[in-house]
Amino acid sequence: MKKEFFGYRRENGRVGIRNHVIILPLDDLSNAACEAVANNVKGTLALPHAYGRLQFGEDLDLHFRTLIGTGCNPNVAAVIVIGIEPVWTQRIVDGIAKTGKPVAGFAIEKNGDLNTICDASRKAKEFMHIATEQLRVPCSVNELWVSCKCGESDTTSGIASNPTVGNAFDKLWEAGATTLFGETTEITGGEHLVLARCANAEIGKKFQYFFDRYAKVVDDHKTDDLCDSQPTKGNIEGGLTTIEEKALGNVQKIGRKAPVIGCLDKAESPTGPGLWFMDSSSAAAEMVTLAAAGGFVAHFFPTGQGNIIGNPILPVIKLSANPRTVRTMKEHIDVDVSGILRRELNLDEAGDLLLDMLTRTCNGRNTAAEVLGHREFVMTRLYESA
Amino acid sequence: MAIDFVVHEEVDGVGVVVVEGLKAGSDCTGWIMQENKTIQFKVLSDIPIGHKVALKDFAVGDTVIKYNTDIGKVVAPIKKGEHLHVHNVKTKRW
Repeated sequence: MKKEFFGYRRENGRVGIRNHVIILPLDDLSNAACEAVANNVKGTLALPHAYGRLQFGEDLDLHFRTLIGTGCNPNVAAVIVIGIEPVWTQRIVDGIAKTGKPVAGFAIEKNGDLNTICDASRKAKEFMHIATEQLRVPCSVNELWVSCKCGESDTTSGIASNPTVGNAFDKLWEAGATTLFGETTEITGGEHLVLARCANAEIGKKFQYFFDRYAKVVDDHKTDDLCDSQPTKGNIEGGLTTIEEKALGNVQKIGRKAPVIGCLDKAESPTGPGLWFMDSSSAAAEMVTLAAAGGFVAHFFPTGQGNIIGNPILPVIKLSANPRTVRTMKEHIDVDVSGILRRELNLDEAGDLLLDMLTRTCNGRNTAAEVLGHREFVMTRLYESA
Repeated sequence: MAIDFVVHEEVDGVGVVVVEGLKAGSDCTGWIMQENKTIQFKVLSDIPIGHKVALKDFAVGDTVIKYNTDIGKVVAPIKKGEHLHVHNVKTKRW
Protein backbone atom coordinates (compact mmCIF):
# COMPACT_ATOMS: atom_id res chain seq x y z
CA MET A 1 0.00 0.00 0.00
CA LYS A 2 1.20 3.50 -0.80
CA LYS A 3 1.81 5.42 2.43
CA GLU A 4 1.00 8.79 0.90
CA PHE A 5 -1.82 10.34 -1.07
CA PHE A 6 -2.85 13.85 -2.05
CA GLY A 7 -5.71 15.18 0.06
CA TYR A 8 -7.15 18.40 1.42
CA ARG A 9 -5.85 19.43 4.83
CA ARG A 10 -8.60 21.31 6.67
CA GLU A 11 -8.38 24.13 9.21
CA ASN A 12 -8.63 21.67 12.14
CA GLY A 13 -5.89 19.38 10.78
CA ARG A 14 -8.20 16.61 9.53
CA VAL A 15 -7.64 15.32 6.01
CA GLY A 16 -10.35 15.08 3.33
CA ILE A 17 -10.29 13.54 -0.13
CA ARG A 18 -13.10 15.64 -1.64
CA ASN A 19 -13.68 19.37 -1.66
CA HIS A 20 -17.45 19.89 -1.55
CA VAL A 21 -19.31 23.10 -0.80
CA ILE A 22 -22.59 21.81 0.60
CA ILE A 23 -25.96 23.51 0.97
CA LEU A 24 -27.40 21.89 4.08
CA PRO A 25 -31.08 22.15 5.04
CA LEU A 26 -31.91 22.21 8.75
CA ASP A 27 -35.34 20.77 7.98
CA ASP A 28 -37.58 19.40 5.24
CA LEU A 29 -39.09 22.85 4.60
CA SER A 30 -35.73 24.26 3.55
CA ASN A 31 -34.96 21.70 0.85
CA ALA A 32 -36.44 23.86 -1.92
CA ALA A 33 -34.26 26.87 -1.06
CA CYS A 34 -31.15 24.68 -0.75
CA GLU A 35 -31.78 23.10 -4.15
CA ALA A 36 -32.32 26.55 -5.67
CA VAL A 37 -28.99 27.78 -4.28
CA ALA A 38 -27.22 24.67 -5.59
CA ASN A 39 -28.80 25.37 -8.98
CA ASN A 40 -27.62 29.00 -8.92
CA VAL A 41 -24.07 28.32 -7.79
CA LYS A 42 -22.44 25.66 -9.94
CA GLY A 43 -20.34 23.07 -8.17
CA THR A 44 -22.21 23.29 -4.87
CA LEU A 45 -24.19 20.34 -3.60
CA ALA A 46 -27.58 20.44 -1.86
CA LEU A 47 -28.30 17.67 0.66
CA PRO A 48 -32.10 17.48 0.86
CA HIS A 49 -33.64 15.25 3.54
CA ALA A 50 -37.05 14.55 5.03
CA TYR A 51 -36.71 15.58 8.69
CA GLY A 52 -36.07 18.22 11.32
CA ARG A 53 -39.51 19.23 12.54
CA LEU A 54 -41.00 18.42 15.95
CA GLN A 55 -38.28 15.95 16.84
CA PHE A 56 -37.32 15.78 20.52
CA GLY A 57 -35.03 14.08 23.03
CA GLU A 58 -32.41 11.63 21.76
CA ASP A 59 -33.94 11.66 18.29
CA LEU A 60 -33.41 15.43 18.05
CA ASP A 61 -29.87 15.09 19.42
CA LEU A 62 -29.14 12.58 16.65
CA HIS A 63 -30.62 14.96 14.05
CA PHE A 64 -28.24 17.74 15.13
CA ARG A 65 -25.28 15.36 15.49
CA THR A 66 -25.84 14.03 11.97
CA LEU A 67 -26.17 17.47 10.32
CA ILE A 68 -23.29 19.06 12.26
CA GLY A 69 -21.12 15.97 11.67
CA THR A 70 -21.87 16.10 7.95
CA GLY A 71 -20.82 19.73 7.80
CA CYS A 72 -17.68 19.03 9.85
CA ASN A 73 -16.58 16.15 7.58
CA PRO A 74 -13.19 17.00 6.05
CA ASN A 75 -14.51 16.10 2.58
CA VAL A 76 -16.51 19.32 2.93
CA ALA A 77 -14.68 22.61 2.31
CA ALA A 78 -17.48 25.00 3.27
CA VAL A 79 -21.14 24.93 4.29
CA ILE A 80 -24.27 26.99 3.74
CA VAL A 81 -27.03 26.10 6.24
CA ILE A 82 -30.63 27.06 5.52
CA GLY A 83 -33.44 26.57 8.04
CA ILE A 84 -36.99 27.76 8.49
CA GLU A 85 -36.07 29.73 11.64
CA PRO A 86 -32.80 31.24 12.87
CA VAL A 87 -32.16 29.61 16.26
CA TRP A 88 -31.75 25.97 15.27
CA THR A 89 -30.09 27.11 12.02
CA GLN A 90 -27.47 28.92 14.11
CA ARG A 91 -27.02 25.80 16.29
CA ILE A 92 -25.91 23.89 13.18
CA VAL A 93 -23.67 26.77 12.06
CA ASP A 94 -22.01 27.01 15.49
CA GLY A 95 -21.38 23.24 15.56
CA ILE A 96 -19.67 23.31 12.17
CA ALA A 97 -17.78 26.55 12.89
CA LYS A 98 -15.72 24.73 15.54
CA THR A 99 -13.75 23.13 12.69
CA GLY A 100 -12.70 26.59 11.49
CA LYS A 101 -14.10 26.03 7.99
CA PRO A 102 -16.23 28.68 6.23
CA VAL A 103 -19.90 28.29 7.24
CA ALA A 104 -22.90 30.61 7.13
CA GLY A 105 -26.57 30.21 8.07
CA PHE A 106 -29.74 31.68 6.54
CA ALA A 107 -33.28 31.57 7.95
CA ILE A 108 -36.41 31.73 5.79
CA GLU A 109 -38.94 33.23 8.27
CA LYS A 110 -39.31 37.02 7.80
CA ASN A 111 -37.38 36.73 4.49
CA GLY A 112 -39.23 34.22 2.34
CA ASP A 113 -37.60 31.73 0.01
CA LEU A 114 -36.54 34.23 -2.68
CA ASN A 115 -34.56 36.66 -0.50
CA THR A 116 -33.03 33.72 1.37
CA ILE A 117 -31.99 32.06 -1.87
CA CYS A 118 -30.48 35.34 -3.10
CA ASP A 119 -28.45 35.98 0.08
CA ALA A 120 -27.39 32.35 0.44
CA SER A 121 -26.38 32.14 -3.23
CA ARG A 122 -24.08 35.17 -2.90
CA LYS A 123 -22.36 33.56 0.10
CA ALA A 124 -22.22 30.17 -1.63
CA LYS A 125 -20.50 31.79 -4.63
CA GLU A 126 -17.90 33.30 -2.30
CA PHE A 127 -17.35 29.87 -0.69
CA MET A 128 -16.96 28.20 -4.11
CA HIS A 129 -14.13 30.58 -4.97
CA ILE A 130 -12.43 29.80 -1.64
CA ALA A 131 -12.88 26.04 -2.02
CA THR A 132 -11.70 25.85 -5.60
CA GLU A 133 -8.42 27.53 -4.66
CA GLN A 134 -7.64 24.76 -2.12
CA LEU A 135 -4.73 22.60 -3.26
CA ARG A 136 -4.28 18.90 -2.67
CA VAL A 137 -1.23 18.33 -0.45
CA PRO A 138 0.72 15.18 0.48
CA CYS A 139 -1.01 13.35 3.33
CA SER A 140 -0.18 10.14 5.17
CA VAL A 141 -2.31 6.99 5.31
CA ASN A 142 -2.42 7.26 9.10
CA GLU A 143 -4.50 10.43 8.64
CA LEU A 144 -7.16 8.52 6.74
CA TRP A 145 -10.52 7.49 8.21
CA VAL A 146 -12.12 4.58 6.30
CA SER A 147 -15.54 3.05 7.06
CA CYS A 148 -17.13 -0.14 5.75
CA LYS A 149 -20.60 -1.55 5.28
CA CYS A 150 -21.80 -4.24 2.90
CA GLY A 151 -25.10 -4.42 1.02
CA GLU A 152 -27.26 -6.79 -0.99
CA SER A 153 -24.88 -9.40 0.37
CA ASP A 154 -24.87 -12.97 -0.76
CA THR A 155 -22.71 -15.94 0.05
CA THR A 156 -19.89 -14.62 -2.17
CA SER A 157 -19.70 -11.62 0.19
CA GLY A 158 -18.76 -13.88 3.10
CA ILE A 159 -16.36 -15.95 1.02
CA ALA A 160 -14.51 -13.21 -0.79
CA SER A 161 -15.53 -9.53 -0.90
CA ASN A 162 -16.00 -9.07 2.87
CA PRO A 163 -12.71 -10.87 3.71
CA THR A 164 -11.05 -8.62 1.10
CA VAL A 165 -12.19 -5.61 3.13
CA GLY A 166 -10.94 -7.43 6.25
CA ASN A 167 -7.53 -7.89 4.66
CA ALA A 168 -7.40 -4.19 3.67
CA PHE A 169 -8.59 -3.13 7.15
CA ASP A 170 -5.80 -5.20 8.74
CA LYS A 171 -3.24 -3.41 6.55
CA LEU A 172 -4.78 0.02 7.24
CA TRP A 173 -4.68 -0.74 10.97
CA GLU A 174 -1.00 -1.64 10.70
CA ALA A 175 -0.44 1.68 8.89
CA GLY A 176 -2.11 3.60 11.74
CA ALA A 177 -5.37 4.54 10.01
CA THR A 178 -8.80 4.91 11.64
CA THR A 179 -11.40 2.34 10.54
CA LEU A 180 -15.08 1.75 11.28
CA PHE A 181 -17.70 -0.98 11.09
CA GLY A 182 -21.30 -1.05 12.33
CA GLU A 183 -24.62 -2.63 11.24
CA THR A 184 -25.70 -3.69 14.72
CA THR A 185 -28.49 -6.12 13.81
CA GLU A 186 -26.37 -7.74 11.13
CA ILE A 187 -23.98 -8.99 13.78
CA THR A 188 -26.74 -11.24 15.18
CA GLY A 189 -25.18 -14.70 15.22
CA GLY A 190 -21.63 -13.37 15.24
CA GLU A 191 -21.78 -11.07 18.28
CA HIS A 192 -19.52 -13.43 20.25
CA LEU A 193 -16.81 -12.91 17.59
CA VAL A 194 -16.97 -9.11 17.91
CA LEU A 195 -17.00 -9.32 21.72
CA ALA A 196 -13.88 -11.49 21.60
CA ARG A 197 -12.16 -8.77 19.56
CA CYS A 198 -12.98 -5.91 21.96
CA ALA A 199 -9.75 -4.54 23.45
CA ASN A 200 -10.99 -4.69 27.06
CA ALA A 201 -14.01 -5.61 29.18
CA GLU A 202 -15.33 -2.05 29.30
CA ILE A 203 -15.42 -1.78 25.49
CA GLY A 204 -17.04 -5.22 25.35
CA LYS A 205 -19.70 -4.06 27.79
CA LYS A 206 -20.46 -1.02 25.64
CA PHE A 207 -20.72 -3.19 22.52
CA GLN A 208 -23.12 -5.53 24.35
CA TYR A 209 -25.17 -2.50 25.47
CA PHE A 210 -25.58 -1.27 21.88
CA PHE A 211 -26.26 -4.81 20.61
CA ASP A 212 -28.94 -5.48 23.25
CA ARG A 213 -30.52 -2.05 22.74
CA TYR A 214 -30.95 -2.73 19.01
CA ALA A 215 -32.09 -6.33 19.60
CA LYS A 216 -34.87 -4.95 21.83
CA VAL A 217 -36.09 -2.70 18.99
CA VAL A 218 -36.31 -5.77 16.75
CA ASP A 219 -38.04 -7.81 19.46
CA ASP A 220 -40.52 -5.05 20.26
CA HIS A 221 -41.61 -4.53 16.66
CA LYS A 222 -41.17 -7.86 14.87
CA THR A 223 -44.10 -9.95 13.81
CA ASP A 224 -43.33 -13.66 13.36
CA ASP A 225 -39.80 -13.06 12.04
CA LEU A 226 -37.86 -10.60 9.89
CA CYS A 227 -38.10 -12.61 6.70
CA ASP A 228 -37.65 -10.45 3.61
CA SER A 229 -35.94 -7.74 5.65
CA GLN A 230 -33.18 -9.61 7.50
CA PRO A 231 -32.06 -11.38 5.38
CA THR A 232 -33.49 -9.23 2.57
CA LYS A 233 -35.17 -10.56 -0.56
CA GLY A 234 -31.91 -9.87 -2.38
CA ASN A 235 -29.88 -11.72 0.26
CA ILE A 236 -32.17 -14.75 -0.03
CA GLU A 237 -32.04 -14.63 -3.83
CA GLY A 238 -28.27 -14.61 -3.44
CA GLY A 239 -28.31 -17.75 -1.30
CA LEU A 240 -28.16 -16.41 2.26
CA THR A 241 -30.61 -18.38 4.40
CA THR A 242 -30.53 -16.94 7.94
CA ILE A 243 -29.42 -13.81 9.82
CA GLU A 244 -26.70 -15.89 11.50
CA GLU A 245 -25.21 -16.86 8.14
CA LYS A 246 -25.42 -13.25 6.95
CA ALA A 247 -23.78 -11.98 10.16
CA LEU A 248 -20.89 -14.45 9.98
CA GLY A 249 -20.19 -13.20 6.47
CA ASN A 250 -20.62 -9.59 7.57
CA VAL A 251 -18.03 -9.73 10.37
CA GLN A 252 -15.36 -10.90 7.92
CA LYS A 253 -15.01 -7.19 7.09
CA ILE A 254 -13.21 -6.45 10.36
CA GLY A 255 -10.30 -8.66 9.41
CA ARG A 256 -8.28 -10.74 11.81
CA LYS A 257 -5.76 -8.43 13.45
CA ALA A 258 -7.12 -5.19 14.88
CA PRO A 259 -8.77 -5.09 18.30
CA VAL A 260 -11.99 -3.07 18.57
CA ILE A 261 -10.73 -0.05 20.49
CA GLY A 262 -14.02 1.74 21.02
CA CYS A 263 -17.78 1.72 20.48
CA LEU A 264 -19.58 4.82 19.23
CA ASP A 265 -23.23 5.82 19.32
CA LYS A 266 -24.76 6.82 15.99
CA ALA A 267 -22.90 9.67 14.19
CA GLU A 268 -20.29 10.02 16.95
CA SER A 269 -16.62 10.47 16.02
CA PRO A 270 -13.63 8.32 17.03
CA THR A 271 -11.04 9.89 19.33
CA GLY A 272 -7.98 8.07 17.99
CA PRO A 273 -6.70 5.63 15.38
CA GLY A 274 -7.70 1.96 15.24
CA LEU A 275 -10.82 -0.12 14.58
CA TRP A 276 -14.10 1.32 15.92
CA PHE A 277 -17.66 0.00 16.09
CA MET A 278 -20.59 2.37 15.52
CA ASP A 279 -24.11 1.39 16.54
CA SER A 280 -26.03 1.83 13.31
CA SER A 281 -28.80 0.64 11.08
CA SER A 282 -27.93 -2.07 8.58
CA ALA A 283 -29.79 -0.17 5.85
CA ALA A 284 -27.01 0.96 3.52
CA ALA A 285 -27.81 4.64 3.05
CA GLU A 286 -28.52 5.17 6.76
CA MET A 287 -25.28 3.53 7.85
CA VAL A 288 -23.10 5.33 5.29
CA THR A 289 -24.74 8.67 6.19
CA LEU A 290 -23.90 8.02 9.87
CA ALA A 291 -20.31 7.11 8.98
CA ALA A 292 -19.97 10.35 7.00
CA ALA A 293 -21.40 12.29 9.96
CA GLY A 294 -18.84 10.54 12.18
CA GLY A 295 -16.08 12.05 10.03
CA PHE A 296 -15.10 9.16 7.74
CA VAL A 297 -13.74 10.21 4.34
CA ALA A 298 -13.68 6.97 2.30
CA HIS A 299 -15.92 3.92 2.40
CA PHE A 300 -15.51 0.27 1.38
CA PHE A 301 -18.78 -1.30 0.21
CA PRO A 302 -18.71 -4.98 -0.71
CA THR A 303 -21.81 -6.22 -2.51
CA GLY A 304 -23.00 -9.60 -3.67
CA GLN A 305 -26.20 -9.10 -5.64
CA GLY A 306 -25.40 -5.48 -6.51
CA ASN A 307 -26.34 -2.69 -4.09
CA ILE A 308 -25.79 0.59 -5.98
CA ILE A 309 -25.65 3.05 -3.07
CA GLY A 310 -23.56 6.21 -2.86
CA ASN A 311 -23.33 9.20 -0.55
CA PRO A 312 -23.10 12.91 -1.40
CA ILE A 313 -19.88 13.58 0.54
CA LEU A 314 -18.37 10.15 1.32
CA PRO A 315 -16.97 8.34 -1.74
CA VAL A 316 -18.26 4.73 -1.69
CA ILE A 317 -15.85 2.21 -3.24
CA LYS A 318 -17.77 -0.86 -4.44
CA LEU A 319 -16.31 -4.31 -4.70
CA SER A 320 -17.94 -7.59 -5.62
CA ALA A 321 -16.89 -11.22 -5.92
CA ASN A 322 -20.09 -12.41 -7.59
CA PRO A 323 -19.16 -13.00 -11.25
CA ARG A 324 -22.76 -12.50 -12.39
CA THR A 325 -23.00 -9.13 -10.61
CA VAL A 326 -19.62 -8.05 -11.97
CA ARG A 327 -20.86 -8.94 -15.47
CA THR A 328 -24.44 -7.62 -15.35
CA MET A 329 -23.84 -4.51 -13.19
CA LYS A 330 -20.26 -3.67 -14.08
CA GLU A 331 -20.79 0.09 -14.17
CA HIS A 332 -21.39 -0.01 -10.40
CA ILE A 333 -18.31 -2.04 -9.41
CA ASP A 334 -14.96 -0.34 -8.74
CA VAL A 335 -13.03 -3.48 -7.79
CA ASP A 336 -13.71 -6.97 -9.16
CA VAL A 337 -12.54 -9.68 -6.75
CA SER A 338 -14.46 -12.57 -8.36
CA GLY A 339 -11.07 -14.15 -9.15
CA ILE A 340 -10.99 -15.35 -5.53
CA LEU A 341 -13.81 -17.80 -6.31
CA ARG A 342 -11.83 -19.18 -9.23
CA ARG A 343 -8.67 -19.41 -7.10
CA GLU A 344 -6.97 -16.95 -9.48
CA LEU A 345 -6.61 -14.34 -6.74
CA ASN A 346 -5.80 -14.80 -3.07
CA LEU A 347 -7.11 -12.58 -0.26
CA ASP A 348 -3.81 -10.80 0.21
CA GLU A 349 -3.74 -9.82 -3.48
CA ALA A 350 -7.42 -8.84 -3.37
CA GLY A 351 -6.78 -6.64 -0.31
CA ASP A 352 -3.96 -4.92 -2.19
CA LEU A 353 -6.23 -4.33 -5.21
CA LEU A 354 -8.77 -2.66 -2.92
CA LEU A 355 -6.09 -0.54 -1.22
CA ASP A 356 -4.78 0.52 -4.62
CA MET A 357 -8.29 1.68 -5.51
CA LEU A 358 -8.48 3.47 -2.14
CA THR A 359 -5.29 5.39 -2.94
CA ARG A 360 -6.59 6.29 -6.41
CA THR A 361 -9.92 7.39 -4.89
CA CYS A 362 -8.09 9.50 -2.29
CA ASN A 363 -6.05 11.11 -5.07
CA GLY A 364 -9.23 12.12 -6.86
CA ARG A 365 -10.57 9.25 -8.95
CA ASN A 366 -14.36 9.43 -8.71
CA THR A 367 -16.01 6.16 -7.69
CA ALA A 368 -18.69 4.42 -9.75
CA ALA A 369 -21.33 5.70 -7.31
CA GLU A 370 -20.05 9.29 -7.64
CA VAL A 371 -19.94 9.18 -11.43
CA LEU A 372 -23.44 7.67 -11.61
CA GLY A 373 -24.80 10.39 -9.30
CA HIS A 374 -25.66 8.28 -6.25
CA ARG A 375 -26.09 10.78 -3.42
CA GLU A 376 -28.25 8.92 -0.93
CA PHE A 377 -28.34 11.11 2.20
CA VAL A 378 -30.62 9.31 4.64
CA MET A 379 -30.93 10.36 8.24
CA THR A 380 -31.68 7.81 10.94
CA ARG A 381 -34.76 8.42 13.10
CA LEU A 382 -35.19 6.83 16.53
CA TYR A 383 -38.96 7.33 16.99
CA GLU A 384 -42.01 9.42 15.99
CA SER A 385 -42.08 13.22 15.98
CA ALA A 386 -43.99 14.96 18.77
CA MET B 1 -8.83 -27.71 -11.27
CA ALA B 2 -12.05 -25.74 -11.83
CA ILE B 3 -14.09 -25.25 -8.67
CA ASP B 4 -17.89 -25.64 -8.58
CA PHE B 5 -18.41 -24.92 -4.90
CA VAL B 6 -16.48 -23.51 -1.93
CA VAL B 7 -16.51 -24.69 1.69
CA HIS B 8 -15.22 -22.34 4.42
CA GLU B 9 -13.97 -25.04 6.81
CA GLU B 10 -13.88 -28.83 6.82
CA VAL B 11 -16.27 -29.04 9.81
CA ASP B 12 -18.96 -27.14 7.89
CA GLY B 13 -22.08 -28.98 6.72
CA VAL B 14 -22.58 -26.83 3.62
CA GLY B 15 -20.75 -25.56 0.56
CA VAL B 16 -21.51 -22.53 -1.63
CA VAL B 17 -21.95 -22.98 -5.38
CA VAL B 18 -19.74 -20.48 -7.23
CA VAL B 19 -20.61 -21.33 -10.85
CA GLU B 20 -23.74 -20.42 -12.80
CA GLY B 21 -26.24 -23.01 -14.02
CA LEU B 22 -25.23 -26.03 -11.91
CA LYS B 23 -27.60 -28.91 -12.82
CA ALA B 24 -28.85 -31.89 -10.79
CA GLY B 25 -26.75 -34.99 -11.44
CA SER B 26 -23.52 -33.03 -12.10
CA ASP B 27 -20.27 -34.29 -10.65
CA CYS B 28 -18.89 -31.36 -8.68
CA THR B 29 -15.58 -30.31 -7.20
CA GLY B 30 -15.44 -28.33 -3.99
CA TRP B 31 -12.57 -26.38 -2.44
CA ILE B 32 -12.28 -26.29 1.35
CA MET B 33 -10.62 -22.91 1.87
CA GLN B 34 -9.36 -23.24 5.45
CA GLU B 35 -7.68 -26.63 4.93
CA ASN B 36 -6.97 -26.04 1.20
CA LYS B 37 -8.39 -29.42 0.21
CA THR B 38 -10.72 -30.49 -2.59
CA ILE B 39 -13.72 -32.84 -2.38
CA GLN B 40 -15.95 -34.30 -5.09
CA PHE B 41 -19.53 -35.61 -5.23
CA LYS B 42 -22.73 -35.53 -7.27
CA VAL B 43 -25.29 -32.76 -6.66
CA LEU B 44 -28.95 -33.87 -6.52
CA SER B 45 -30.64 -30.50 -7.22
CA ASP B 46 -30.28 -27.61 -9.68
CA ILE B 47 -28.46 -25.05 -7.50
CA PRO B 48 -28.10 -21.35 -8.44
CA ILE B 49 -24.80 -19.55 -8.01
CA GLY B 50 -24.32 -18.42 -4.40
CA HIS B 51 -26.73 -21.00 -3.02
CA LYS B 52 -25.74 -23.82 -0.70
CA VAL B 53 -25.32 -27.54 -1.23
CA ALA B 54 -25.63 -29.96 1.73
CA LEU B 55 -22.39 -31.84 2.37
CA LYS B 56 -24.15 -34.50 4.49
CA ASP B 57 -27.64 -35.77 5.31
CA PHE B 58 -29.62 -33.59 7.75
CA ALA B 59 -32.68 -34.51 9.86
CA VAL B 60 -35.31 -32.07 11.16
CA GLY B 61 -33.96 -30.27 14.24
CA ASP B 62 -30.29 -30.62 13.24
CA THR B 63 -28.03 -27.57 13.44
CA VAL B 64 -26.35 -26.37 10.24
CA ILE B 65 -22.70 -25.37 10.63
CA LYS B 66 -20.93 -22.87 8.34
CA TYR B 67 -17.79 -20.85 9.21
CA ASN B 68 -17.49 -23.51 11.97
CA THR B 69 -20.49 -21.74 13.58
CA ASP B 70 -24.24 -22.34 14.01
CA ILE B 71 -26.24 -20.70 11.19
CA GLY B 72 -29.69 -22.16 11.95
CA LYS B 73 -31.90 -25.23 12.30
CA VAL B 74 -33.17 -27.78 9.80
CA VAL B 75 -36.99 -27.74 9.32
CA ALA B 76 -37.29 -30.33 6.50
CA PRO B 77 -35.04 -33.35 5.80
CA ILE B 78 -32.07 -32.69 3.47
CA LYS B 79 -29.92 -35.25 1.64
CA LYS B 80 -26.24 -34.83 0.87
CA GLY B 81 -26.01 -33.05 -2.51
CA GLU B 82 -29.37 -31.27 -2.21
CA HIS B 83 -30.09 -27.54 -2.25
CA LEU B 84 -30.12 -26.17 1.32
CA HIS B 85 -31.94 -22.86 1.77
CA VAL B 86 -35.00 -21.11 3.27
CA HIS B 87 -37.29 -24.03 2.31
CA ASN B 88 -35.49 -26.40 4.69
CA VAL B 89 -33.45 -24.23 7.13
CA LYS B 90 -34.56 -21.39 9.46
CA THR B 91 -32.91 -18.96 11.87
CA LYS B 92 -32.82 -19.77 15.59
CA ARG B 93 -32.95 -16.05 16.44
CA TRP B 94 -36.01 -14.39 14.94
